[in-house]
Amino acid sequence: MQKVEHGTAMMMSLRKQWRDIPPVLWVLLVMAIASYPLTEAFGRTGGFSLQFLANVVERSVTLAIVAVGQTFVILVGSIDLSVAFVISLAAVMASYFMQGNATMILIAVPAVLLMGAGIGWINGFLVTRGRVNPLIATLGMGLIIQGILSTSFQNFAGSVPQSYQIIAYGSLFGIPNSFFLLLAVAFGAAFVLRKTRFGAHIYAVGGNSEAARLSGINTDRIMRRAHLIAGLLAALAGLFLTSRLGSGAPWVGPDGIYDLESIAAVVIGGTILAGGRGGVFGTIIGVLIFGLIDSLFNQLGIDPYLKQVLRGLIIIFAVAAYSMRSKDEVA
Amino acid sequence: MSKQPQTSSLLTPVWSRLSRMEPIYIILAAIVLAIVLSNPIYADYGPMMQLLRRASPLIVLAVGQLFVIVSGGFDLSVGSLITFIVLLSALVLNTHPEQVYACIALCLAIGIAAGSLNGLVVSLLKVPSIIATLGMLLAYRGAGLYLSGGSARGNLPDTFRAFGRETVYGFPIALIVVIVFGVFAAWILHGTNYGRQLFAVGTNPRAARLSGVNVTMVRVVAFMFSAVSAVVAAILLGGFSGVSTAVGNGYELQAISAAVLGGAVLLGGRGSVPAVIAGAIALHALFTLLNIWGFPKPMRDAVQGIIIISAVAYSAWRR
Repeated sequence: MQKVEHGTAMMMSLRKQWRDIPPVLWVLLVMAIASYPLTEAFGRTGGFSLQFLANVVERSVTLAIVAVGQTFVILVGSIDLSVAFVISLAAVMASYFMQGNATMILIAVPAVLLMGAGIGWINGFLVTRGRVNPLIATLGMGLIIQGILSTSFQNFAGSVPQSYQIIAYGSLFGIPNSFFLLLAVAFGAAFVLRKTRFGAHIYAVGGNSEAARLSGINTDRIMRRAHLIAGLLAALAGLFLTSRLGSGAPWVGPDGIYDLESIAAVVIGGTILAGGRGGVFGTIIGVLIFGLIDSLFNQLGIDPYLKQVLRGLIIIFAVAAYSMRSKDEVA
Repeated sequence: MSKQPQTSSLLTPVWSRLSRMEPIYIILAAIVLAIVLSNPIYADYGPMMQLLRRASPLIVLAVGQLFVIVSGGFDLSVGSLITFIVLLSALVLNTHPEQVYACIALCLAIGIAAGSLNGLVVSLLKVPSIIATLGMLLAYRGAGLYLSGGSARGNLPDTFRAFGRETVYGFPIALIVVIVFGVFAAWILHGTNYGRQLFAVGTNPRAARLSGVNVTMVRVVAFMFSAVSAVVAAILLGGFSGVSTAVGNGYELQAISAAVLGGAVLLGGRGSVPAVIAGAIALHALFTLLNIWGFPKPMRDAVQGIIIISAVAYSAWRR
């Protein structure tokens, strides 16, 4: 008797875990399976393989880092539209500081990360103290960065040393370094969100800011820290992108549409835009879906401009798949 | 104490009227004054008209954007819709240069369709307008470049370009378009039942719905208005800048900045057409002023960023 009950309880918990798997994972699985015959038939480079999947992940690392930062601000009920410009700024600054000199890495990397965190903090300050709507505060901040950056730099600025490109192109035990970076960021963020007091406060503030404030949480400080993390991770993404590209230019961020795609990935990953519910791993899967779509388009040889059209529509309808069930008024 | 009110009672109406007036008119006057002081040639009729003519696409766009802002949303798709319309018209008119008016009708129809698409995605699929219209921004940009093969192709005939370029008795046609559009928009927003419903939707959509407003319809029409304003702006811009793949770049944010400068409150419920027109002229005049002072062009973005942040912070602080 006891044993049977134990068995059913296990079945129950298994079924519960089964249901807890975010729906995006199923989408990803179906897409990966469906893409197999497609790429086999139309693929220009030998179709579907482990190499292809590794490629998908590698191309997604930059977006994944930004999107993890975006998850923090969206969870707390805010948003960051300046990330694409922070990426540009980080990329340009990194290659400008380094100028191909390997000894400068140790100075440039912390400086750029500090700058990203600072911009994030200012965003948070504008939202909390200035009471500026986060969309406007971060959009305005992005414009300011963009304006100053393109005034100062018209083209690729400097370059990074060979040793710096190991981050993007090197590998350890046959696994690309970028995988480790991705895993570190994802698990680090998941740890902060699930196991720390700060993480709990983020969910509390995003779920109900007023209730969180009344229960003694300094909501403004939580908001500023979440923005700081978004800025920091955007700068990290910029540093990684520079390692891939070898140099930074003012347009690398906006060209990658990192602002829109990071938000879309977060939403597709099951984090609700109003805040308070969601997590990092959903976001990572959302990013991988975008990466898979992108690589598929490349393999199928779709016109780059047409690809842009499809990308825009896919983002809208992917977000719609989640938002249309909501009964709230949306503007 | 009892004597004091006598003197102040004379001044009070003036002062209270001044303090209630939208600050944008004072800002506009200050910027225009600064332009004239920096370069006296702008005091003449011709250069001043030139300035206004150059501002006309932004005025039209800002007024269209105002409708969406009052409804509580954003329309970020207008900039690339402009580019799409210009590239499409150039291709169509290259093969059929005589069909200018048919082409304009086609463009307006595309505008109405694009606006309703935005509006339906926002109100039925509940996608936040900032994501929906950013997605459409990508789509229109891609579609325009796909049509033209990635570079500016085709030509716009003079009849098409007349709207942006020509003058009637020394008065630019573009400004006539602006005046007609502005008066029509002011009437719709401030004089009709639809305008009142739009303000109601922007202030509190749920309350508006419960009191019998067709929120979906009101929103869709607002987005339509914005998209049509983009088409009109595209016709004017095609007139004076010709065909290019970057013709509409950045206009979406300029339109929002102009509306915010004109006192429109983001996320809905407040705004007026005349003040937003003043905001658009002020923004364009400010860019001209920066140009006169020798600021590099990309600095405009930074100035715009500072404007929208401080305008929103100011209105939050005033409340």
